[in-house]
Amino acid sequence: MWTFILRRLLQSAIVIIGVTLITFTALQMSGDPTYLYVSERATAEEIQRTREALGFDRPLPEQYLTFLGNLLQGDFGNSLSYKRPAIEAVMDALPATLELTIFAMMLAIIVAIPLGVVASLNRGSATDGSVMTMAMLGQSIPSFWLGIMMIMFFGLQLRILPISGHVPFIMPLIQGDFVRAFTNLPQTLYYLIMPGFAVAFYSISRNARLVRSSMLEVLGQDFVRTARSKGISERAVVIHHALRNAWLPVVTMIGLEFGFLIGGVVVVEIVFSWPGLGRLVFNAINQRDIPVVQAAVVVLAMVFIALNLIVDLIYARIDPRVKL
Amino acid sequence: MSVETIPSAPLKVRPMSHRRREIRRAFRSMVQAKWPLLALFVLLLVVFAGIFGPWISPLDPNRQDIMMRLADPLTEGRRNAFFLLGTDGLGRDVLSRLLYGARISLLVGVCAIMVGGTIGVVAGLVAGYFGGWIDDVIMRLGDIQLAFPFILLAIMFLVILGPGVMNIIIVLGVGQWVTYARIVRAQTLSLREKEYVEAARALGDSTFLIIFRTILPNIIAPLTVIASFNVASVILSEASLSFLGLGVPPSVPTWGAMLADSRDQLMANKWWLAFFPGIAIVLTVLSFNILGDWLRDFLDPVSRPWPNSPTKEQEQ
Repeated sequence: MWTFILRRLLQSAIVIIGVTLITFTALQMSGDPTYLYVSERATAEEIQRTREALGFDRPLPEQYLTFLGNLLQGDFGNSLSYKRPAIEAVMDALPATLELTIFAMMLAIIVAIPLGVVASLNRGSATDGSVMTMAMLGQSIPSFWLGIMMIMFFGLQLRILPISGHVPFIMPLIQGDFVRAFTNLPQTLYYLIMPGFAVAFYSISRNARLVRSSMLEVLGQDFVRTARSKGISERAVVIHHALRNAWLPVVTMIGLEFGFLIGGVVVVEIVFSWPGLGRLVFNAINQRDIPVVQAAVVVLAMVFIALNLIVDLIYARIDPRVKL
Repeated sequence: MSVETIPSAPLKVRPMSHRRREIRRAFRSMVQAKWPLLALFVLLLVVFAGIFGPWISPLDPNRQDIMMRLADPLTEGRRNAFFLLGTDGLGRDVLSRLLYGARISLLVGVCAIMVGGTIGVVAGLVAGYFGGWIDDVIMRLGDIQLAFPFILLAIMFLVILGPGVMNIIIVLGVGQWVTYARIVRAQTLSLREKEYVEAARALGDSTFLIIFRTILPNIIAPLTVIASFNVASVILSEASLSFLGLGVPPSVPTWGAMLADSRDQLMANKWWLAFFPGIAIVLTVLSFNILGDWLRDFLDPVSRPWPNSPTKEQEQ
């Protein structure tokens, strides 16, 4: 178990180093990165001073090591527009993004599994057809457009769901204010419904298809027939025999799915004015605030890697054949 | 015992080349499944709009008419202008912008796949054929890339490099290579030991020739399936990036950028600004997905999820 975790952590470290190398290369590809950090009207002297201050006059390998060293200390430099460390701005926005991401992930699993199971049990029926049609559609709808349409319909037309706004849950939790966190929770969820669904719809569709095909494969196998012939109720066969085996490949895929999901979070946050990393990145893009974009990208990458690690651990937990 | 002789009808079957027979079989299967045919039709329309956009669009997509701001769909403007799908916040014709937008979506989708496909196929062939440390290095690089949501890297590169069609094609293309490399590698590994490859080797063909003339043509088919799903996801990514303002310069109309503009009018309930570009994206992406699904089943007859496919009864 521990060796597995260690090995995975080591792999994650390699990935993170890869990410930083790419981040660094991206900066160098712009020509002279100094120009990204100075205003357009800067004098030659100012540019030179900035170049020296940021170390852009040093040899590249040395620059990279410095960059890596700073990064390990969470130092991405100061935000160009907020005049405070970029990492602070990112950390302030992270809890809201985590709320949206985790909520969407749960939706993607909780909604997709029953849909896929029902479709597989009624193969070829109208239920199956409509689930599959929905899944096909879900994989073709841009999450941010879905968000806009939901705002128009549920928010502006029916007026049953809030079109923007955010009630913090994780932030008070971190601050140790548990009472506030849990009194907030119902409101938090209420505000999460629309953005969460907009983010999750793509994943729900993919997962539902996956569960269906995985179930179909398992349902045709001998041990399911044996279980049926023993006279076990169909319900028990489906839940205890088929589903238990069918959802292993699904869990693996769900881990990879999170990548799409995080991409969706970034754009959907903008639609709903969600005070998270996506909106921060969006504003940083418009102000060409490179340190903030870098910090946000690296932090999101770490969140993604951590979540994937958790998925792997869960996988090992539900599949006794996997030895850690 | 009597032997019944059937008067043999004169054979009218014309000899058909293998390729023509395949095309005919594909078309028949498409008609049978119905949806792929519709998808093909939609895509042909989009391609038509992409190529002939400048000639068929009723107005200049960048022509602003401040008097006709936010006109409802089906509004008649001045000087014989007719706004079938309404106008946006600057009085530009939505339909014209939609038609022009098709070009960028298709261009980015197809070109990015060619970039990513080329890198991936070459990497996969090299990794699979040579094996050893080359294989290790290439595939580990791929693992690292997959361990990371690519859209984030795309955002970072485009912020630094600046928006532009070329940049977006390269960034999204590079994002796709791993999928191709993995499949090509697996196929190459199994083909490497086949007799005809060995024959080519025995005949003294160069490694280059063996890889590209003997192995490559045999792994093209599965790649077309991935390519068609990939075009769909690249078009979605392009829309997201354009929505973030990282796509192309504002003077070039794209569907993603139109949706970004529509946000300013969201509260005013100008639904057509968001609805039509979104529908355009959905229909295009959906068509690529449906075609990809159909193509996969056509090339691999073992799994056939289409409800009215002929083998379904046989399976049960």
